[in-house]
Amino acid sequence: MSGTQTPLPISPRPPPDLRADARRWRERLIQLIVLAIIAVVLWWLMHNTLANMRARGAHAGFDFLFDPAGFDISEGLFGYESGQPFWRAFLVGLGNTLRVALVSIVACTVLGTLLGIGRLSRNFLLRSLCTGYIELVRNVPVLLQLLMWYFILTDMLPASDEALAPLPGIFLSKSGLAFPVPVLSVAWLYAGVGFVFGINMSVLYLRRVRRVLYDSGRQLPRVWPVFLLLAGATLLGCLIGAVIHGAPWAFDVPEKSAINISGGAAVTPEFLAVCIALSTYTAAFVAEVVRAGILSVQHGQLEAARALGLNRVQQLQRVILPQALRVIVPSLTNQYLNLTKNSSLAVAVGYPDLVSIANTSLNQTGRAFECVAIIMTVYVTLSLITAWLMNRYNRRVALRGLQG
Amino acid sequence: MSEAHMFVAIPPRPAPRRIRGTAGWLRKNLFSDWPNSIATILLLMLFAWYVPQFVNWAVISAVARPDVEACRAAAHAGACWGVVAEKYRIILFGRYPYAQQWRPLVAVLLLLSLVGLSTLPRMWRWTLLPLWLLGMTVFVALMGGGIAGLVPVPTSLWGGLPLTVLLSVGGMTLAFPLAILVAMGRRSALPVVRTLCTLYVELIRGVPLISVLFMASFMLPLFLPQGVKLDVLIRVLVGIGLFTAAYMAEIVRGGLQAVPRGQAEAARALGLGYWKTHALVLLPQALQAVLPSLVNSFIGTFKDCSLVTIVSLYELTGALSLALGGDVVWRPFFLEGYFFVAFIYWIFCFGMSRYSVRLEHRLARGLRRN
Repeated sequence: MSGTQTPLPISPRPPPDLRADARRWRERLIQLIVLAIIAVVLWWLMHNTLANMRARGAHAGFDFLFDPAGFDISEGLFGYESGQPFWRAFLVGLGNTLRVALVSIVACTVLGTLLGIGRLSRNFLLRSLCTGYIELVRNVPVLLQLLMWYFILTDMLPASDEALAPLPGIFLSKSGLAFPVPVLSVAWLYAGVGFVFGINMSVLYLRRVRRVLYDSGRQLPRVWPVFLLLAGATLLGCLIGAVIHGAPWAFDVPEKSAINISGGAAVTPEFLAVCIALSTYTAAFVAEVVRAGILSVQHGQLEAARALGLNRVQQLQRVILPQALRVIVPSLTNQYLNLTKNSSLAVAVGYPDLVSIANTSLNQTGRAFECVAIIMTVYVTLSLITAWLMNRYNRRVALRGLQG
Repeated sequence: MSEAHMFVAIPPRPAPRRIRGTAGWLRKNLFSDWPNSIATILLLMLFAWYVPQFVNWAVISAVARPDVEACRAAAHAGACWGVVAEKYRIILFGRYPYAQQWRPLVAVLLLLSLVGLSTLPRMWRWTLLPLWLLGMTVFVALMGGGIAGLVPVPTSLWGGLPLTVLLSVGGMTLAFPLAILVAMGRRSALPVVRTLCTLYVELIRGVPLISVLFMASFMLPLFLPQGVKLDVLIRVLVGIGLFTAAYMAEIVRGGLQAVPRGQAEAARALGLGYWKTHALVLLPQALQAVLPSLVNSFIGTFKDCSLVTIVSLYELTGALSLALGGDVVWRPFFLEGYFFVAFIYWIFCFGMSRYSVRLEHRLARGLRRN
């Protein structure tokens, strides 16, 4: 068979893929139709809204923000009077929302972490206590708990002239919680300068520690020298300030008279109720997040760390926490966002947060669309900022091996 | 051979401590080492101090009769459960006409037995759908009246437990199909559809439920053509449905992502189109995998329904304020009322969360290899 070889047939050029073309056109058509439907629905809603507003003689637009609000706000970070414009009222509301959310976030993190670790305890009683708390608190609506705390704080506590004093200088009564605050003093500025100086010294020291480690393999102590440097420098600054300007340790302590409590700082029962309710409720969820995070670290990791001879602090710091945090932090952020959104329930007890202010403005001006739009924009912005920070964090802690 | 090189067995180690039985359990869980023992003793002291006090308040010194004088005499040293005995009809049924309150009772029992029936895996088939439609129809008919000789009751008078159950079950039912569509949309190959669905989910998940409820009660009337009026209950129901759908869509999407790629490819190879691939192959697997999460989402909706109080619908939480808020005589005993309502919520939510855990174990059984 070594005669003339028949040439291989040249395969004909494939015909143009008509089906792929058709599919592409169909997809474009579907998307166009979807867009058209959305546009029509939006137009229809707009048309109805405008017609309705015309029929009611209502105005639209955000111009009302510059009119005087005409209502008072019971508390806020910056002063507010009823004659000031709406936009300032909204700003005070936003400040109140952030204030109550921040305090509750700190409280729920501390309480939740303790509960989560407690649930993993070897001690049966402690374990049951924490489990009982979590199951009790997270199966009851937070609004109900908020109303309950508010009732306890405003109806069951004694009046301010018979205020409870759980600790000296701290008074708890129907009109809120009063506690001592340090009086502002120039000497603090010196302490602050000293603290910054301490940070600089610590950074220098830590660099040295690293160089020694890399050069000789010797690990110098890090925790207590840094602590000493920071505390020492701060104290030194404070002392210098005290010598020049007088002692800075004056406290403004509240005092109880026959009528009321004066002096110190105070928070209203509304603020207190929202804070307690949000932090105790969210703590139950944070506890579950923390527990899941710790359990997610495989047991072999701990055993390997022990086999390498790491001590308990190193095990926790170098092996367990970095892996657990990778699981914990995203869920924790979610819980913080939930807490911030739940702080809108403050409207139920009359704490003047953003939603409460918007609700009052809405009832006064009838600008429903604008007020709800402001609430939604603020909350969506908060969520987006958090999500952005979260993504940055995730990129930093993501498994290096998986990134390639 | 000298003595020194002779083999001497080291004495046997003592048997390990018992870890079985009561003594073993106690040692392992309560007294394993010093810190553990100290914690045990401290906690026992704590319990010994507070538990008797609580039992005394809740049971021994409590007043169960609806008798204000006796409650005042107890002076908060004992719980006044009389407030529940006096007001339970308003707390449970809101402003529903007193003589007609057997109707919401029957309606709630009907819906709850339907929920109970649906929890049994052997009932998971298509017959459940018409059963639910029938159940919801009977529920609404019983509550609203106007047929079969029942006195009509406007929705503004509905309240208490039936309203909570209606809002959560109804909201969930509305949300479910929408959630599936949005979840499919977020995985779609069409950029426009994908963007729209992502926008919807992220927008809704970014705002609190209250703002959605405000929108439902204040803005929805503006959106409708002039002359068309929607009942506030339906508007709120739509709001809850839209809100829940965004969260459920994420759960369903997670389920769809968990289905192996080969399943979709196999379905296409068999000649199934987009919709049939989803309906017959992907969704059945995805939904079953995320069933526990869906139950958890339902618990969330059930609790969130308490928020409709803020737009003046008197469900369980609102009905309590309705019953006690304006009542000078019974108002001092609000706390006991809160405990009662919290207990009702707790029973429902805890029961469902146990069910969700059991479901998870049951589903994991199929994946286990021996």
